[in-house]
Amino acid sequence: MIAPRASCPAVVVTPMRRFVVAAIALAAASPLVAAGADDAAPPAPPRQHELLRLLHQDCGSCHGLRLTGGLGPALTPGALKDKPEASLVAAIVSGRRGTPMPPWQPFISEEEARWLVTRLKEGNTDGQ
Amino acid sequence: MANSVRTAWRSVCAAWRALAESGHHRTLACLAASLVASACAQLDVRGTGDLGVVVERERGSLRVVDTSARAALGTIVGLGDLSHASVVYARDGRYAFVFGRDGGLTKVDLLRRAVVARTLQAGNSIGGAITQDGRHVAAQNYEPGGVKVFRADTLEAVADIPAVYGERGERSKVVGLADAPGNRLVFSLYDAGEIWIADLADPARPAITRFRDVGRQPYDALVTPDGRYYVAGLFGEDGLALLDLWHPERGVRRILDGYGQGSEKLPVYKMPHLRGWAIAGDVAYLPAIGRHEVLVVDMRDWRMLAKIPVAGQPVFVIARPDGRQVWVNFAFPDNGRVQVIDAESRQVARTLEPGRAVLHLEFTPRGEAVWISARDDDRVLVYDTSTLAKVASLDAAKPSGIFFTSRAARIGF
Repeated sequence: MIAPRASCPAVVVTPMRRFVVAAIALAAASPLVAAGADDAAPPAPPRQHELLRLLHQDCGSCHGLRLTGGLGPALTPGALKDKPEASLVAAIVSGRRGTPMPPWQPFISEEEARWLVTRLKEGNTDGQ
Repeated sequence: MANSVRTAWRSVCAAWRALAESGHHRTLACLAASLVASACAQLDVRGTGDLGVVVERERGSLRVVDTSARAALGTIVGLGDLSHASVVYARDGRYAFVFGRDGGLTKVDLLRRAVVARTLQAGNSIGGAITQDGRHVAAQNYEPGGVKVFRADTLEAVADIPAVYGERGERSKVVGLADAPGNRLVFSLYDAGEIWIADLADPARPAITRFRDVGRQPYDALVTPDGRYYVAGLFGEDGLALLDLWHPERGVRRILDGYGQGSEKLPVYKMPHLRGWAIAGDVAYLPAIGRHEVLVVDMRDWRMLAKIPVAGQPVFVIARPDGRQVWVNFAFPDNGRVQVIDAESRQVARTLEPGRAVLHLEFTPRGEAVWISARDDDRVLVYDTSTLAKVASLDAAKPSGIFFTSRAARIGF
């Protein structure tokens, strides 16, 4: 398998942060989260901001700044409509073999990928 | 102040009406002509050899810059989606052609800082080229996959070359479009693994020569400065595809086959670009895809001379015009650094940290300075290439590509 190099500054979600985030999510369980998977909890707002910037700027170098596609496919709600959430999350976290899509797992956790997929399917990636 | 302007305007209007009513139409025509002439006179009489543009990718605008004054002269707006935009120049160095991601092709005037012509020519585009004679520009498109040719003066469509392949007539994304001597265009088909030459002797009916099975997933390409060789990088294989444009009948051959020697590639967070070639004497410097290396190749026999370890995965590897230094920027997450390789010792001489998310670098025509875009700092930094000291810094909104008019005279740009 493709292994990320050791010096990658992995994004660490501390147990404490997870707890706080989960608590907030429980307190204000939005329909968005409830509709998603079991333990999905939205990342903290500053992290959301970082993830959306990463999405547009870095994912955007192949998928387009406006996510309308490039070397990689379009990530617009229409393009993702029939794609299962799990497979999209897996593509982000583990990459897609045989294509240039790299595994983003050193930088994006599975929970964060799920949150991004939800936002992408809603076409709601401009905020923050 | 406002009142006096209004009063003056009113008297001009009154005079105009009086002349019109008394039938002095010729006088009016002269007046109009002199107004236009005085507006024209406000345009600086100047050359364009030290001008250039910086792409502001999110805003869809260009900053027009002066590399002598190290200053911005103005902004041209309304160019659409400029993520992954590229620019080629008319041979007069005054007009630039901007290829946007959204398929927009825009001709702009650097002196007037204005859009001259614009067309939406495709759904998703990646760049373009201008022919040797300067009469046509060509766009390379992802959607619909192919190349389209336009008149350089009016942007009127001249020819459409769909990148059709396979038995079911699928269309491939087109990458690595370059101009070559003889008014030819050369490009690669990412999905098909092919290289095509389009001869524009008759621009409306391009004659196509196809080379099949050149390797999996060609992702970008370059033409050597003399216009002789076309080299395509392959994402799907360890190696590059080489076409000798003096002898296309000899076909495409593989060079640097297996340069990774079987070691697993790292994940690639940004595709390298080959177009900003780095060629110094008989030696070419190329980004190794998925590796923290710059490859050094002897162009006489296309053998590997060395692999230079660098700070990340190279994106642009560009030689200073005199070939004495080679500058390298890197893919995410190492995109805050730029390294300077000494061409003689083939070692990294200096590591610079110009800013956050360095996307591109461009040398001034004779290379005494290099301009570097730092997207996340909204800055363009200028470095002196002999002292390696930062000498200027300019504001630009999310800057990406930097293109100086000296490209107008270079094959493959």
